[in-house]
Amino acid sequence: MTDTLPAEPLIGHDVLERVLGAALARGGDMAEVFAEDRQTTGAVLDDRRIEELSSGRERGAGIRVVVGETTGFAHTADLSERGLLDAAEAAAAVARQGGRGRTVGLGSAAAAVPRVAVLPETVAKARKLELLRRADEAARGAGGAVTQVQVGYGDSRRRVLVASSEGVLAEDDQVRTRLNVTCVATGDTGMQTGYESVARTLGFELFDEVDVDEVARLAARRAIGKLAARPAPSGEVPVVLAGGSGGILFHEACGHGLEADHIVKDASVYTGRVGELVASPLVTLVDDGTVAGEWGNFAVDDEGRPAARNVLIENGVLTDYLWDWLRARKEGRASSGNGRRQSYQHLPMVRMTNTFLLAGEEDPGEIVAQTPRGVYVAKLGGGQVNTATGDFVFGTTEAYLIEDGRITEPLRDANLIGNGPEVLRRIDAVGTDFAMTPGTCGKDGQSVPVGCGQATLRITGVTIGGTAA
Amino acid sequence: MSELLELAESLLARARGGEEVEVYVARGHETEVRAYEGEIESLSSATSAGVGIRVLQPGGEAGARLGFAWAGSLDQDVVAKTLEEARDNARFATPDPHVRLARPDGHPPADLELWQADLLETPADRKTGLALDLERQVRAADQIRQVSSADYGDEWSEVALASTTGIRAFTRRTAAYLSVSAIAGEGGDTQTGTGFSVGRTFADLDADRAAAEAVVRSTRMLGATKARSGRCAVVFDPRVVSTILAIVSSALSGEAVVKGRSFFADRVGEQVAVPSVTLVDDPTDVRAFAAAAYDGEGLACRRNVLVEKGELEGFLFDTLSAERAGTAPTGSAVRGGYASTPGAGCRALVLAPGDLDQAGVLEGVGEGLFVQSVTGVHSGVNPVSGDFSVGAEGLMIRGGSLAEPVREVTVASTLQRMLLSILHIGGDVEWLPGIAAGQTLAIGDMQLSGN
Repeated sequence: MTDTLPAEPLIGHDVLERVLGAALARGGDMAEVFAEDRQTTGAVLDDRRIEELSSGRERGAGIRVVVGETTGFAHTADLSERGLLDAAEAAAAVARQGGRGRTVGLGSAAAAVPRVAVLPETVAKARKLELLRRADEAARGAGGAVTQVQVGYGDSRRRVLVASSEGVLAEDDQVRTRLNVTCVATGDTGMQTGYESVARTLGFELFDEVDVDEVARLAARRAIGKLAARPAPSGEVPVVLAGGSGGILFHEACGHGLEADHIVKDASVYTGRVGELVASPLVTLVDDGTVAGEWGNFAVDDEGRPAARNVLIENGVLTDYLWDWLRARKEGRASSGNGRRQSYQHLPMVRMTNTFLLAGEEDPGEIVAQTPRGVYVAKLGGGQVNTATGDFVFGTTEAYLIEDGRITEPLRDANLIGNGPEVLRRIDAVGTDFAMTPGTCGKDGQSVPVGCGQATLRITGVTIGGTAA
Repeated sequence: MSELLELAESLLARARGGEEVEVYVARGHETEVRAYEGEIESLSSATSAGVGIRVLQPGGEAGARLGFAWAGSLDQDVVAKTLEEARDNARFATPDPHVRLARPDGHPPADLELWQADLLETPADRKTGLALDLERQVRAADQIRQVSSADYGDEWSEVALASTTGIRAFTRRTAAYLSVSAIAGEGGDTQTGTGFSVGRTFADLDADRAAAEAVVRSTRMLGATKARSGRCAVVFDPRVVSTILAIVSSALSGEAVVKGRSFFADRVGEQVAVPSVTLVDDPTDVRAFAAAAYDGEGLACRRNVLVEKGELEGFLFDTLSAERAGTAPTGSAVRGGYASTPGAGCRALVLAPGDLDQAGVLEGVGEGLFVQSVTGVHSGVNPVSGDFSVGAEGLMIRGGSLAEPVREVTVASTLQRMLLSILHIGGDVEWLPGIAAGQTLAIGDMQLSGN
């Protein structure tokens, strides 16, 4: 860790108290100020050139006022007292019945310092760009079939401050760094793409841990391998997901369905099922915002609540949902530390952090060996779920046939489709080779970084949407 | 001249010798109302503004270098720092003989009515009232168990673009929308459907229609089961077609073509679709949701024919991709706001309509699957390889009419093959939110995967 001194608070203590007081001047149950200062660097190498190096800066505050079941929200890029008071007044417009105002007193918060070794802002731009060139060379060196390479780099430092009339006063200083490689390979069968990324809640020390060349070669090998791929099968097949292949299965099959905003609106297949067996007894699912360095990690969530480890499914039994302040209040309980937002311009809602299946006891190789016929998915792409019906899809970006217990021919990309509770019941083997992967989760127009994790596992039957009969 | 354009222009004076500078300034305001069970669940109101600056520095024979920076503020000091930062970033770009900023090309901008001032005068009560009315209508319908969201939203935005290469563009627009998600239930069965309505002002919105759509789409799915796997004709609903066209459009971007990331590359003049397909991008059609007078580099938007009678005619170019391809820009630069740089893309893609309405298309197909919504488009459709595999729900088509509902299936093919297997193009063009219009479309011989 560096001896970084905490920066000046985004908004002074006395200003926060006056703004919260103004937000509640016409009544209301709760007022909150969320201030954010985000600096980003982005770089793109494409078609052998550093095409773009960009820097961005955004700061502002979002103010919400909750009156009964109604939330008023306004945001401003003006962090002066005048700007904040104007936003407070706009947010308070929902409290039109003219209740009694009150004054707000805040305690004190420990100033946040970034939990990283090397702040990206202290690293020369040229060093960041060197990574892109290395990745480009490594990808092109992986095979003559590689015809195009795009490498993206990004780092961000996000300072947040949350203060509310409930006495919350918290700060966080979140640093994230990522690198991604997309390759195109060309052959007689046309073009195929391969993708790989690394993304951690770390500073530039990420690249002491990660071999950029290997990330690039992996993306290249995925594209090249698919040139010889045959169409994926169609219909229901046994599927083995490799450890760290994406973990998006759980994110879609049940993660979203366990978010309390869907639960309280009866818009999830998991509503009212706590205590019931909703998955195979091999499934213990955890959401944990405290895992240092993972993509969905933070010290406090965007409502000022400390990150927490929450067990959602234990040995197949549903134990709890994910909560933010608003939905927890409705149920008379505490938030689980899952209130997140894309930026100060957005209202918080219930979001996952790092969501993962605990490892099992089987040897990953044995799981494949004991699958006579099926599909082996080495890498997943994105997915989507309808929480109300439980139907979800997730896409493959590297997959193979399993024949006689052996991984054989590569398959072209396809989506798999299933129903959450059904698929979770069909997991009959979980391996020991646990790994996490980063992702971006989109919900209701807001994107946040999340982590997903799992070991090798088998689903006895899931529908794969290829073009082969 | 607008205040925003003045701000953009004022910065150009700071360009150093030999340097080219482009300033993009935007500001806007959004209102969003969500209704739930007869109450206002949330009411958001917010103004935002920002600047994106590109600096191009001459680099001699090897070419010029481009740098970019942005900030979510129009504060003078912040904007000045942003210019410095863009200038510094330019030092690190690879010199490129093709890189340049747009120059005025004499093409006149279309005169489009995209600003409806009355939206700004509409009282908040009417907006919350409309959201509540929408929610009430859906909740009151038979077989509806829950309305998970019922939203009203509107926005106004202004964009100014000025460059040392002579670009001066100012546009402003208003937009309003309604959107509702319904959950239908019967016994243990749950199905969902959405409805929406979009326009440029409050009066354009049709809550009755949005509510009816959500109700029909969710209730007709009740009782849905998985279908049997097999090859069949698939009829896509206009909303789905709009989504698919938007993906096809990324293969028509000149940028994807010059970088070897499009399955259409090197195929100009070839028959890429059945002869009934004529595909046009025309942002000057005021009915298009993303209609615009100027593109993301300040050139006039124009009508571009991409496929005519099944033959590939050409691609969409911004200045950089046009230079690389040795052609002229088509006024097709798009950018995602002040925090991003322009790239080539479409705004208002539409297939020339056929003669049949949806019922006519279903009748023409006879037997097959009607798909009302798809999932996993981003994970299952690859505009580079053309591979296409999406989750689908809808209704079987039997004897030319909609029959039993179907869920948890996929439909798959390749985009190349789908374009050559189009059976019917509907005449029911709908200008949906997004970058492409929708209409009913029938495609033969796709793989349905289910049981």
